[in-house]
Amino acid sequence: MRWRRIKDSLATRSMYLAVALANSIVFLVALGLFVKARPILATTSVVQLLFSSTWHPLRGQFGFYPFIVGTLAVTAIAMILAIPVCLLSAIYLSEYAHRRVRELVRPVIDLLAGIPSVIYGFWAVIVIVPLVRATGGALGSSTTGYSLLAGGIILAIMVFPIIISVSTEVLQTVPVEAREASLALGATRWETVKHVVVRSALRGIVASIVLGFSRAFGETMAVLMVVGNVPKVPTSLFDPAYPLPALIANNYGEMMSIPLYDSALMLAALVLLLVVAGFNLLAHFTLLRIERRS
Amino acid sequence: MPHISLRSLNVTYRDRRALRDITVDVPDAQITTIIGPSGCGKTSLLKSLNRLIDLSEEARVEGEVLIDGVNIYHPKADIIALRRKVGFLSQKPYPLPMSIYDNVTYGPRMHRMNREQIFQQIAELEKDRSLGRLCPESTRLTARTRRGGEMDLLVECYLRVAGLWDEVKDRLHDPATGLSVGQQQRLALARTLAVEPEVILADEPTSALDPISAKLIEEEFQFLKKKYTIVFVTHILRQARRIGDYVIFLYLGELVEHGPAQQVFTSPRDEKTRAYVAGDIS
Ligand SMILES: Nc1ncnc2c1ncn2[C@@H]1O[C@H](COP(=O)(O)OP(=O)(O)O)[C@@H](O)[C@H]1O
Ligand SMILES: [Mg+2]
Repeated sequence: MRWRRIKDSLATRSMYLAVALANSIVFLVALGLFVKARPILATTSVVQLLFSSTWHPLRGQFGFYPFIVGTLAVTAIAMILAIPVCLLSAIYLSEYAHRRVRELVRPVIDLLAGIPSVIYGFWAVIVIVPLVRATGGALGSSTTGYSLLAGGIILAIMVFPIIISVSTEVLQTVPVEAREASLALGATRWETVKHVVVRSALRGIVASIVLGFSRAFGETMAVLMVVGNVPKVPTSLFDPAYPLPALIANNYGEMMSIPLYDSALMLAALVLLLVVAGFNLLAHFTLLRIERRS
Repeated sequence: MPHISLRSLNVTYRDRRALRDITVDVPDAQITTIIGPSGCGKTSLLKSLNRLIDLSEEARVEGEVLIDGVNIYHPKADIIALRRKVGFLSQKPYPLPMSIYDNVTYGPRMHRMNREQIFQQIAELEKDRSLGRLCPESTRLTARTRRGGEMDLLVECYLRVAGLWDEVKDRLHDPATGLSVGQQQRLALARTLAVEPEVILADEPTSALDPISAKLIEEEFQFLKKKYTIVFVTHILRQARRIGDYVIFLYLGELVEHGPAQQVFTSPRDEKTRAYVAGDIS
């Protein structure tokens, strides 16, 4: 009897410990980055660092503004492209496709999720960049094709698998009674999907999008291969951009002799972390709002 | 002509046959109970009457179901119209993910009913009830004068019919998921009646409920049979005795016996029915 109770309390404690450990890692990472970024924070004000557009490491000028804008812009474009495609696919797979189609598509989507980022990058260089160049040319803006748009497209493609498979699964957890309740009243299939199924699964769908894009923020390899990597604030879809992860990956370990450069990259990482955290918080509060409304 | 007749209806799930060669007429304006032990095919039979069975991918239906003389399995059959005419109450109520109010108006909204059609429907509902007015005069007055007031009237009338109005009138715009299961089932009834079906299918509608809610629902059905043809599935014999006018007894997917409740319960023709009614098999 006593032994059982000890085991029970042991299990509770170790689970608590595991959760605490997992959660504290976020703070440990942030703390580590902060310590390393201290030197640059000591020489320049935070506002100056975040909102200046001048990037001249050799002259000691580190303005992160173009990189922050680049990160947000690439992610936003990817989001705008990916969300409708992913939701429609998930709805199709869950609500319309025959089970055999679903079973056929699932491994393909898993495979897509497993393709290394660098392969997506190569493919984007070969296919998407020329396409963007041609489109840009047709629209009258001369572009190399290495641009915000190309980065956004490849990023969207890369988040397809995770969002599609998670939201398909979420839609499938909506009980069949939900569909029956609506269909039995004479609603059409689409009305049922729109008013009942998607609404019941909204929380999970939003979560799948958040999951996809938390990953997208930090996705580096494929994006840096096609986005142009020019530290200027982009003004059109066809302009090159320079997201934070690309900045870090391109430069860390090189030119480390430049004073404060190392510290600046650490700060870039910290800023990226904060952007992702901010995005997650935003998503969280959006969810709360949605739930309170319905 | 009866509303519903089944002609050699067969239902198979993959290779398993759930219903074998069912031929029966369901009498109008009565409560027909479908009885039989668990797994004998009651739900499958019920769901083949409004084609909800289409939702199970493995299910295959053969034979005919004639509703008002039209075979609902004809390739050109209008399923939306069918389901509007044949309402359905499931075993476990599922509130639509919206407010109580929106649950009741869901059907009429989907069918794009306009103001006049709704007033018409309420007028007919009250005429049939022969109880006089369902809603107080004040409600009907504001309904006439306010924009969107017809929906308020509709919600109040059907919630009153389902015996739920007094319990929810102060929280109509709260999510329906906050109701108790018994209240949810009555809400489902209000929602079903709001599209004015002619037939109501009920699949063990009281089995998930507490005794008091169960009694409320049962009484409601006694009342509804004046106007609707009702097919009521139950595995509780006492309930079938209480409310059924006509009985269909299924056993292992076969139609063993059907007839007026009186006859089936007091002098069953088949040995299996006799055993089931006596409680010897279940
Ligand atoms: N979706 C389904 N897929 C496969 N078999 C099913 C399905 N639904 C019901 N069955 C089978 O069909 C038979 C009849 O089930 P059902 O109609 O639910 O019976 P009841 O409602 O009388 O309990 C059972 O043997 C059940 O296992
Ligand atoms: Mg059943």
